[in-house]
Amino acid sequence: MDSAEQEAFEATIAADSTIEPRDWMPEEYRRTLIRQIAQHAHSEIIGMQPEGNWIGRAPTLARKAILLAKVQDEAGHGLYLYAAAETLGVSRDDLERRLLDGRQKYSSIFNYPTLTWADVGAIGWLVDGAAIVNQVPLCRCSYGPYARAMIRICKEESFHQRQGFDILYTLTRGTDEQRAMAQDAVDRWWYPSLAMFGPPDAISTHTERSMAWRIKRFSNDHLRQKFVDMIVPQAEVLGVRLPDPALRFNAKTGHWEFTPPDYDELFAVISGRGPANRQRLTHRRTAYEEGAWVREAAVAYAAKAAARAASQSSGTAGPPRAPAVPDEVA
Amino acid sequence: MSWPLWEVFVRPGRGLAHTHVGSLHAPDAEMALRHARDLYTRRGEGVSIWVVPAAAITASSPDEKDPFFAPAADKIYRHPTFYPVPEGVEQL
Repeated sequence: MDSAEQEAFEATIAADSTIEPRDWMPEEYRRTLIRQIAQHAHSEIIGMQPEGNWIGRAPTLARKAILLAKVQDEAGHGLYLYAAAETLGVSRDDLERRLLDGRQKYSSIFNYPTLTWADVGAIGWLVDGAAIVNQVPLCRCSYGPYARAMIRICKEESFHQRQGFDILYTLTRGTDEQRAMAQDAVDRWWYPSLAMFGPPDAISTHTERSMAWRIKRFSNDHLRQKFVDMIVPQAEVLGVRLPDPALRFNAKTGHWEFTPPDYDELFAVISGRGPANRQRLTHRRTAYEEGAWVREAAVAYAAKAAARAASQSSGTAGPPRAPAVPDEVA
Repeated sequence: MSWPLWEVFVRPGRGLAHTHVGSLHAPDAEMALRHARDLYTRRGEGVSIWVVPAAAITASSPDEKDPFFAPAADKIYRHPTFYPVPEGVEQL
């Protein structure tokens, strides 16, 4: 390791500037980022499944169109993030394989099933709400491509959270049955959403170093508190009860006190023992395998078209092909 | 089997230059354009897109950043502020 390079890296971090793809960086910084960005990308891709489950059964055409757009956004977020990860020298194919064979993880939250339409609302309001609290600080992460991807993602996530709130708001103003359905969804998604912020600071393995490198700006517990403080007043407007009897406002600290999620459950779900882990990965593997012919056909077509173009421009048959961007570059 | 990597540039509006927005994989230029539209302009972010094979880009090396850009640093006479302007001269 060259100490001048190390110094330049540390000075950039200290100046709150960004590290860019071809800059020198410590191997551990690179590895940490690859793991975090890949896990984040995988979460977006797997996260399409619980909501995709309801596209065909959305209650109205408008709700269906909105949900389709949201799930399409999740695919887009996954792709922005894979692109950011690739700037660190890994290939998307490799990352995808690591997801499929279980070497890389995705967020534990997507291993819970979506049992009713209200779950789609609860996911938007709570899960995307938690994701936003987690992700906004990442827009100022020290790695440039990741930070830039996060800026795009956060802009789009706010639509997601509002559409979830809107679904629940409509339900809680509906029939008794619809209100009960909304409450049931909130009951089931509340603690898994709290667990999305990860283990408590005292036992979080990566927090300290990631904060020193400015990959992470705030600790898990800090963000979890921020989320609770944000959600409680919204729950009142919705007219749903958060399933925590210990929830109370502490006037001294200005924060809501709450029961932490069951971290044993979190670790069990992360290690593969959640309600839907097997289903999620099986579905992803099947989609990957059944889509293989499309990827292969596209490559074959591109090769054929390139060969045809080459034979045309080398012969005398017709003018050369126009450049792809004729007058824009000039 | 992996598709080649393309860098994507979007012109956000008339009168503005294309700006790099990210990258994607596609089998050929036409598909790269279509993917770029779906991936980077879902909310009217652009009026024009360029896709460029990532392999076709030649970049300056960050290791040589200092010597490479140094020649600009000692030519302060390229900046208008280098020249003293006598009092009373306006619009110069």
